[in-house]
Amino acid sequence: MNYNVDEKGYYGDFGGAFIPEMLYPNVAELRKNYLKISAEPKFKKEFDNLLKVYVGRPTPLYFAKRLSERYNTKIYLKREDLCHTGAHKINNTIGQILLAKRLGKNRIIAETGAGQHGVATATVCALMGVECIVYMGALDIKRQAPNVARMKMLGAEVRPAKSGSKTLKDATNEAIRDWINNPVDTHYIIGSVVGPHPYPDMVARFQSVISEETKWQLKEQEGRDFPDHIIACVGGGSNAAGLYFHYLNDERVNIIAVEAAGKGIDSGKSAATSVLGKEGIIHGSKTLLMQTHDGQITEPYSISAGLDYPGIGPMHAHLYRSKRAEFISIPDQEAMDWGLTLSQMEGIIPAIETAHAFAVLEMRKFSPKEVIVFNCSGRGDKDLDTYIDYFKL
Amino acid sequence: MNRIARKFKEDKKLLSIYYSAGFPNLDDTVPILKKLEASGVDMVEIGLPFSDPLADGPTIQKSSTQALSNGMTTDKLFSQLENIREYIHIPLVLMGYFNPILQFGIEKFCQRCESIGIDGLIIPDLPVDVYHENYKELFDQHGLYNMFLITPQTSENRIRYIDKVSNGFIYMVSSSSVTGAKNTFGNNQTDYFQRVSAMKLSSPTVVGFGISNASTYSAATQHSNGAIIGSAFIKFIEEKGVERINDFIRSIRV
Repeated sequence: MNYNVDEKGYYGDFGGAFIPEMLYPNVAELRKNYLKISAEPKFKKEFDNLLKVYVGRPTPLYFAKRLSERYNTKIYLKREDLCHTGAHKINNTIGQILLAKRLGKNRIIAETGAGQHGVATATVCALMGVECIVYMGALDIKRQAPNVARMKMLGAEVRPAKSGSKTLKDATNEAIRDWINNPVDTHYIIGSVVGPHPYPDMVARFQSVISEETKWQLKEQEGRDFPDHIIACVGGGSNAAGLYFHYLNDERVNIIAVEAAGKGIDSGKSAATSVLGKEGIIHGSKTLLMQTHDGQITEPYSISAGLDYPGIGPMHAHLYRSKRAEFISIPDQEAMDWGLTLSQMEGIIPAIETAHAFAVLEMRKFSPKEVIVFNCSGRGDKDLDTYIDYFKL
Repeated sequence: MNRIARKFKEDKKLLSIYYSAGFPNLDDTVPILKKLEASGVDMVEIGLPFSDPLADGPTIQKSSTQALSNGMTTDKLFSQLENIREYIHIPLVLMGYFNPILQFGIEKFCQRCESIGIDGLIIPDLPVDVYHENYKELFDQHGLYNMFLITPQTSENRIRYIDKVSNGFIYMVSSSSVTGAKNTFGNNQTDYFQRVSAMKLSSPTVVGFGISNASTYSAATQHSNGAIIGSAFIKFIEEKGVERINDFIRSIRV
């Protein structure tokens, strides 16, 4: 089986471009150009150079010695938390801003939940001197004040999404409406492997630098360029897509995806889409999503705002249905405890999203010879308030 | 013959109204429909509310959210419309996003539409190529027309493709925007209406989005076969009440 996107924009049963006609010219323009432009030597050179001198790549592949000893296996952390702006998100925004420039767009819009993608977008817009508008749920604006301030400092305009549940999915709706209203000069930088084709594939390709580096870094440290297990958290799934990308069709590598169970799968407050979701359409893509019996999209919950999305990218829906990846969901409490464990055992304070992934170590037994790579997708600075409240620090 | 096709045989400019089912009150769907027919409206689009209507502006979003919190569902709408053909004779179109239709079951959805006497569907996020490949046969079997949108950005080739695949009429979105009332049309819009008119398409064209009063209605219908009013109508019934629908219709067709 092939786990990459097919020529029609599908991953098995999932994907496609279920978009209103108003978006067709924009999405078609991207579809016709994204592979061609990103393969141009000049583009690649500029992209690679910015990742190196601006983002700080390659990020280290760090052997976590104490963690490995405790679990009697070999644990590596791909340190995406060391990227400029504090997470993997900027790999994608660098790629998309370069693409937008080549398409002649001079106005950028984006959606953001916790604010990480908004900050990464505002950052590259400042770098390129391009107008930037970030849509953010009115509720999230209240919950994520420091990131709102960062975006403003970077020169972006933050527009509140006041419709529906006033969170990430509504911010995405508002960004799409903006794009409908501004079809000529605007590029929409989607932050995850979601949305209509070609977004899931395009974002996955820009994030694929994560597994590209992992391969040669592992080869250096372990003498082989593939691990036995790769583990990442999944909200929409962009950091996971980046870690999985070059291993998708390598059956020697076991893929584990970790979703947020929130207050528990059956609590009504969860974001475990693979368990609770059904096939449907969200934001232009056929995928698994959380919805009512009547097809209305429901509001997910997780203590980490970055996993708080009612769908998953179509690539992940396919990995789930085809059983290529194993999906595990982790409740708030375990994720928070792992935030503390990783801090105290390895001196790395992870984002709460990232912390979810590590809980797999308590759920699965790994042998001493096995090599595991975790995507350490983001750092915990943005979550300090939540950690302070939770642990009464 | 499908009521939509029959309607376009009449030598007149059509006035069509869109509203969200279950708004302002859950049981207003049918009373609104009766008043619209009585006031001489030619065709009605009944909106199936959706939690995430991404092609709609604030007015329709709000009415959609309100309808959902009133308890509107696909099942509920079908039961409200049961037996509607005993007293409603104008063409009826259901307009809704694809996800609720998928969850209802697309075949079952088409069956219910046929048995009620629905004439056509507008599903803004079901692209024409997906429809053509997967659903056209099913819709045809149930006598349902499927109408597609075009915008000022739609290429001539694509308009011709849509003209070939769809039936009923082509829904011309007046400008590059989400739904919402506007007071006037500019030269760009007039140029676009003329450009499409000059293409001599086989389907009739109906203009929608941004039509709110007699002057936008008349400008829109100058180069098309009719126009659809949504947001302005919804605002009107919200402010003035369902009872006064006739006043609104008379203010459009002066």
